Amino acid sequence: MKFLDEYRDPKLAQALVADIRRRATRPWVLMEICGGQTHTLMRYGIDNLLPPEIELVHGPGCPVCVTPLEMIDKAVEIASRPEVIFVSYGDMLRVPGSSRDLFQVKAAGGDVRIAYSPMDAVELARKNPGRKVVFFAVGFETTAPPNAMAVWQAKREGLKNFSILVSHVLVPPAIRLLLEQPHNRVQAFIAPGHVCTVMGYSEYEELAAQYRVPFVVGGFEPLDLLEAIRMLVAQLEEGRAEVENQYVRSVTREGNEAARQRMFEVFEIADRKWRGIGEIGQSGYRLREEFANFDAERVFGVAATRAEEPPECIAALVLQGLKKPVDCPMFGSRCTPDHPMGAPMVSSEGACAAYYRYRRHDLVAVTGTIA
Amino acid sequence: MRAKLYRRWSTRMCLAIPGKILDTEEIAGIRIGRVQFGGVTRKAYLDYVPDAAPGDYVMVHVGFAISKVDQDEAARTYESMRIMGLLEEELGDQPGEERGA
Repeated sequence: MKFLDEYRDPKLAQALVADIRRRATRPWVLMEICGGQTHTLMRYGIDNLLPPEIELVHGPGCPVCVTPLEMIDKAVEIASRPEVIFVSYGDMLRVPGSSRDLFQVKAAGGDVRIAYSPMDAVELARKNPGRKVVFFAVGFETTAPPNAMAVWQAKREGLKNFSILVSHVLVPPAIRLLLEQPHNRVQAFIAPGHVCTVMGYSEYEELAAQYRVPFVVGGFEPLDLLEAIRMLVAQLEEGRAEVENQYVRSVTREGNEAARQRMFEVFEIADRKWRGIGEIGQSGYRLREEFANFDAERVFGVAATRAEEPPECIAALVLQGLKKPVDCPMFGSRCTPDHPMGAPMVSSEGACAAYYRYRRHDLVAVTGTIA
Repeated sequence: MRAKLYRRWSTRMCLAIPGKILDTEEIAGIRIGRVQFGGVTRKAYLDYVPDAAPGDYVMVHVGFAISKVDQDEAARTYESMRIMGLLEEELGDQPGEERGA
């Protein structure tokens, strides 16, 4: 238990682990959706603390990972135009497109900038009236209200040179898809805490009831995750399938009404393609017709293209929890965070990057022993 | 090299940091607050927490407060994030336009 002394409260962590061990009598497969939670689980070796009955698989909740290849290609095309200032979260710059990534566009003289908030892009549009400022609006329900506010504000100010390239996806439709797969192994889910801070968790109650699968809304600290796992194991062992809220300090059942209201003023639900998974009906957002002038795909008329993934990359299976990153023959050799072949190796929220960062030395040790 | 360069600027799109609202003002019709995170102060948009006032603690995600939290929970979460090395990632450098060229 070498990682336990790094916890804020090692005694509590130990007690939670002991309780999970005591409760677990049968094998259970649990999935965390959120890539930030994947990262914490790996960083603190939580999977290694759990009894052998409990298997953790990692879900598709990494925005960088599920943004489709075609969308990266569109971003590259728009960012290459001389009149454009293309603004993005840092991780998106390194995601491989079909031929180039955004970093290469920048290196070739494209004006690609990194921002912390979409409002930074609105500010750039205000200050550079002669340029077209485009924000790469990726992410799940948590990032959608900030992006909605950016568009809403730009419209209110009458900014004609601001638009967003939208690739917004939603958690519940992805969970539904996973549960409908004939080969699904996941028996319980940790629901993402900040998505639920915005959305509340009534959507998950429908899923729990329909598929008889327990959910616990979890936070992002190691103790949050241990507690969420303990609550899920208790539900599974007792035959319950409910939605419980571990992350009470931020999440209510109703969620954030003010944020949702603005979000639905600006966005509406639409079909979306997910990298590695494919098209999922009603699984994301697009801008409403009233905000069409802020839709970068329309402003720049970028055509829909078909793009193929590198055939060896198993990102699709990793994102659905069917394979672990270490099952990939390219892992840590041809595919590393410095030279990613697939998106999950790029993002700090990607499962492959988390395994690379925290697990590759263990792997070398294991392989060394076998050899 | 480039990976190292950009890792510092990666934004985790699921993270939020707790901070204390110091004061609020309205700029261009939007409610903005100065929010203190440990020793660092940043502006945050407050329209999504309409009842939050100076002295309140909020969780801030990509520059937007998305929920109110109580003071003890905020302090606890902040300390955990510090231990996990996540604060630097979120608060390290405020990206600005000088990065463009």
